[in-house]
Amino acid sequence: MLELKNVSYNVDEDGGEIEIIRNVDLEIGSGKLVVVTGPNGGGKSTLAKLIAGIIKPTEGRIYFNGEDITDAGITERAQKGIAFAFQQPVRFKGIRVYDLIRIASGKRINTAEACTYLSKVGLCARDYINREINSSLSGGELKRIEIATVLARNAVLSVFDEPEAGIDLWSFTNLVDVFRKIRESSEERSILIISHQERILETADEIVVLRDGGIGAFGRREDILPGLIGTSSAVSACSRLASEGRI
Amino acid sequence: MVKLDEIQKRLMAEVADLHKVPEGAYNLRVNGESAGRQSSENIEIVSKTDVSGLEIHIKPGTKNESVHIPVVLTQSGMKETVYNDFFIGEDSDVLIVAGCGIDNCGEQDSEHDGIHRFFVGKNARIKYVEKHYGSGTGRGKRILNPGTEVYQEEGSTVEMEMVQIKGVDDTVRTTTAELKEGAKLTVRERLMTHGSQNAVSTYVISLNGNGSSADVVSRSVARDDSYQKFDARIIGNAPSHGHTECDSIIMDRGRILAVPGLEANDLDAELVHEAAIGKIAGDQLIKLMTLGLSEQEAEEQIINGFLR
Ligand SMILES: Nc1ncnc2c1ncn2[C@@H]1O[C@H](COP(=O)(O)OP(=O)(O)OP(=O)(O)O)[C@@H](O)[C@H]1O
Ligand SMILES: [Mg+2]
Repeated sequence: MLELKNVSYNVDEDGGEIEIIRNVDLEIGSGKLVVVTGPNGGGKSTLAKLIAGIIKPTEGRIYFNGEDITDAGITERAQKGIAFAFQQPVRFKGIRVYDLIRIASGKRINTAEACTYLSKVGLCARDYINREINSSLSGGELKRIEIATVLARNAVLSVFDEPEAGIDLWSFTNLVDVFRKIRESSEERSILIISHQERILETADEIVVLRDGGIGAFGRREDILPGLIGTSSAVSACSRLASEGRI
Repeated sequence: MVKLDEIQKRLMAEVADLHKVPEGAYNLRVNGESAGRQSSENIEIVSKTDVSGLEIHIKPGTKNESVHIPVVLTQSGMKETVYNDFFIGEDSDVLIVAGCGIDNCGEQDSEHDGIHRFFVGKNARIKYVEKHYGSGTGRGKRILNPGTEVYQEEGSTVEMEMVQIKGVDDTVRTTTAELKEGAKLTVRERLMTHGSQNAVSTYVISLNGNGSSADVVSRSVARDDSYQKFDARIIGNAPSHGHTECDSIIMDRGRILAVPGLEANDLDAELVHEAAIGKIAGDQLIKLMTLGLSEQEAEEQIINGFLR
C-alpha cells in the first residue's frame, strides 16, 4: 500500500543542514493499523507531512499502491486516497463544520450523514454542525472535528497525528473503537496513527518507533510493545490524566 | 415584475433578492424612473418635490413590515443622485432593503449616488440591507457612491448590512451616525474588489448618549490590482461602547489601507479598534488541499466562507 524507500528530509538552518528524517525505509501493508511512536521531536509529524505531500523528501522515493508519488502534490495524493488529520488543526473564518465535512466527503451529503461522523468522535452533532471552525471552538472540540473530517474521507490510507491529544477519557475510548472498526471493516483500508497512548498501541498490528529521525524499531505489536511499556512512548491514559491533574 | 427586461430582472434579484413584486411597501427605480410603487397602511412612500428621491414614512408601532427600494441602471452613461429620507416612527420594527445594480455595456461611465437619511424614532428597531452589484462588459465604469446618515433617538436599534461583492468599479461609501441615550448601532460590511477597482469606506460615528454603543465590522478581500481604504472613526462623547474591526485578505497585487480612528471625550467611553490584513493563511490552503481540493478551489472556499 504505502512504501517509503530511503526517505530523508533535511532543512537548511544557519548555513548548515539539519537532518530531520534520516534514511527511512518503511512499508505499510493493506488493511493494517500501524502506530508510530517515539520521543518528542523524533520526526513523527514530519514523516506524516512527507506522506501527505505537504513537504517533499530531499532524498528517497515514496510509493502508493505501487505508484511513485514522490513528486505528486497534496491534492493529487488526497485524490488518490491519502487522508491526514493534523496534530494542530487549522481554524477558519466563516467555514462551518458542515462545510468541511462535505468537502472531505467529496460529494453532496446531507446534514444527517455529516452528523454521523461527528457522533463517532463523541460530539453532539446538532450543537456543532453549523458552528464555524474558528477560535470560538475549544482545543478538544477542534481536534475531534479534525478527526471527524478525516473519517468522512473514507480514505484508503488515513493518517492521524496524535488524535488523543486534548481529548477526554470518554471520547478517547470511543475513538479507539472507531479505529478498530475501520480496521475490521475492510481489508484494503490502512490506518497510520501517531501516538504515545498505550491503548492505541495495543490496537496496532505493527509499531514503528521513530527516534532522532530514524527508525529505532519496527515490527509486530507483540514484539515491540513489551519493550515500550513504562517508557514515555507508551503512556496509559490514566497516568496521563493523573499527571495533568485531571483525575 | 412590472415591465422589466431580463437584465433588469437579474439585477433586481442580485441586489434585493427580488424575483417578483415584493410584499409590503416598495419602490422600484429603473433608469431614473419609478417602475412600480406601493405604499402600505403603515408605510407611506412619496416622491420628493425639490430633488430626486423619496420620503418614506413609517408609522409609530409598525411591526414586522418591510420596505424594498432597489435601484437598477442599465443605460450606459446615466448619472444620478437620489435623496431618500426615512422617518421611522417610535417603537416600530421594520426591515428596509435597498441596493443598487448597474449593468453597463457601453463606453460611458454609469453612476448612482444614493444619499440615505434615517431618522430613527425612540425605541424603534430597523434592519437595513444594502447590496451593490455591477455587471456588463462595456468599458464604461460602474460607479456607486452611497452616503448614509443615521440619527438615532433614545433606545433605538439599527442593524446595517452592506454587501458589495462584484462588478463595482469605483465606490466611495460614507456613513455617519449620531446616537442618543441607549441607542445601538451594528454594521456588517462585506466587500470584495477585483481588477483595478477602488473602494473607500468611511465611517464617522458619534456616541452622544449615555449607554449608546456601536459595533462596526468589515470583512473584505482585495484581489488583482484593486485598492481599498477602510476609515472608521468612533467618537465617544458619553459613557459608551464603540468597537470597529477591519479584517481583510489581500491577493495578487491588491492593496488595503485601514485607518483606525478612536476619539474619547468622556472618561467612561470604551473604544476598541482591531485590524488585521494579510494573505490567505498557508495552513488553511494546505488543510483544504489534503481534503482533495485544488489550490484554486481551496482559495474559493476560504474566500466564500470569509465573506459569508
Ligand atoms: N522546517 C523545519 N525547520 C527546522 N526544524 C524543523 C523543521 N521541521 C521540523 N523541525 C524539527 O524536526 C524535529 C522533528 O519534528 P516533528 O514535528 O516531526 O517531531 P514529532 O516527532 O512530531 O514531535 P512531537 O511528539 O512533539 O509532536 C524537531 O526537532 C523539529 O524542531
Ligand atoms: Mg508531532
